[in-house]
Amino acid sequence: MKGWKNLEIGAVITEPGSSTVYKTGEWRAWRPVFQRENCIDCMICWVFCPDSSIIVEDNKVVAIDYEHCKGCGICAFECPKSKGDNESKKALIMKPEYLFREED
Amino acid sequence: MAVRLMTERKVVPYTGNMATAEALRQINPDVVAAYPITPQTEIMHFFANYVANGLVDTEFMTVESEHSALSAAVGAAAAGARAMTATAGPGLALMWEILGVASGMRLPIVIPVVNRALSAPINIHCDHSDMMGARDQGCIMLFSENAEEQYDNVIQAVRIAEDERVRLPVIIGMDGFIISHSIENVSLLTDDEVKKFVGKQTLTHSLLDIDNPVTHGPIAMADSYMEFKRQQREAMMNAYKVIREAGEEFAELKGKKYEHIETYKTEDAEYILIVMGSAAGTAKYTVDGLREKGEKVGLIKVRTFRPFPYYDVVDVIDASNVKAIGVMDRAETFGGYSGPLFEEVCTSLYTRGKIYPITGIVYGLGGRDCNLNHIEEAFDVVKRKAAGMDVPPVTYLNLRV
Repeated sequence: MKGWKNLEIGAVITEPGSSTVYKTGEWRAWRPVFQRENCIDCMICWVFCPDSSIIVEDNKVVAIDYEHCKGCGICAFECPKSKGDNESKKALIMKPEYLFREED
Repeated sequence: MAVRLMTERKVVPYTGNMATAEALRQINPDVVAAYPITPQTEIMHFFANYVANGLVDTEFMTVESEHSALSAAVGAAAAGARAMTATAGPGLALMWEILGVASGMRLPIVIPVVNRALSAPINIHCDHSDMMGARDQGCIMLFSENAEEQYDNVIQAVRIAEDERVRLPVIIGMDGFIISHSIENVSLLTDDEVKKFVGKQTLTHSLLDIDNPVTHGPIAMADSYMEFKRQQREAMMNAYKVIREAGEEFAELKGKKYEHIETYKTEDAEYILIVMGSAAGTAKYTVDGLREKGEKVGLIKVRTFRPFPYYDVVDVIDASNVKAIGVMDRAETFGGYSGPLFEEVCTSLYTRGKIYPITGIVYGLGGRDCNLNHIEEAFDVVKRKAAGMDVPPVTYLNLRV
């Protein structure tokens, strides 16, 4: 990232549409971990995700967009395959973000 | 098209408000947004007349509050206009939030302020608590001693604010009623001279430039907010140089030199008072009187409060024969050691390793008189401090007990 001497004066943004490159997933404190083998592709997570961060290809859930997912946990809460205590059976598990980030 | 009204230099009997309005007319800003508040109202009365009579090209906006006045100026300045407003006391307090927006967005808005006490109790008269309350909002702050200084400072402020090394709002304070409503001799420049001095604003990232769309005032989270604050500190440090340059150039034009501070008979002074605003004039007169009696007294008038001229103040104190210093604040810092100016002077001295007996004096709150006798009293306090006598951290002048 740019240092204070190189940032635009007064925080002016000179590049139109730059919000598309803003990785809002940086804010996340909890990370949904997706276990493909348990997913039934019911698409409930895709419907509920407020940040359109469930990536679907050919009618199948394939991954989570961590660049934009803010870790709200709605996907894991609503997922019919993620109830109970047995983690190995779940499709979506919320885990603390620090487990995945070296810099923290 | 603005009309050329003043084709030769004149000395006129003007109040501070008239002088400010005259400066605004000659600057001919693109946008002025204002809301009336005593004692600033008159500035906008005069200016509205100029607008109505076609003497300026200004888009004059009458808004519903000071918060809106500065907000409108912010929008206009972001669009690339030369924007101004003016206010006083509680009006500046209501602008407080937007002052930080203007400085954070680095918009060169010029804001003449007629210094008025803050409520409560409600009071329309002079003190500096309005500007002192806004001192950390990132605006450059100048204080004028009289109507002519206000006129000169407002003209210089345009140059200072718009300099590309600075790009910050400038607040120019003059004491309510004492300057704003008292008629004095004011020497005016011609319209052409002012027009040439303020020049044309160089636009950067105008909102109206549709070929190069920009976003002004976006969010900056924890990952970059601090970088932008650091930029503002740099701009303030640059302003120290730019204010001096503008003052030198103005001196070439008008023959009157403006520096960060003005010294009066400090060279051999043993007792020094430091003061801002109209009281400096009274204090100079008092210094003359005391000097006639053989007392070695002197005065430092601070013109630039932000950026504070640390080096200038200490250099002058150091070059004198000072035994004790009194710092006169026209504002309170309740619960602080003494007033805001006192704190700045102490910090300046301490960080240079210079320790002198120093005492705080609070005067003139809510327009309380500060005449020759009171300045003499202030010097008495400084003398007691120099003699090692017990002096409280803050002495109130002209207070009933």
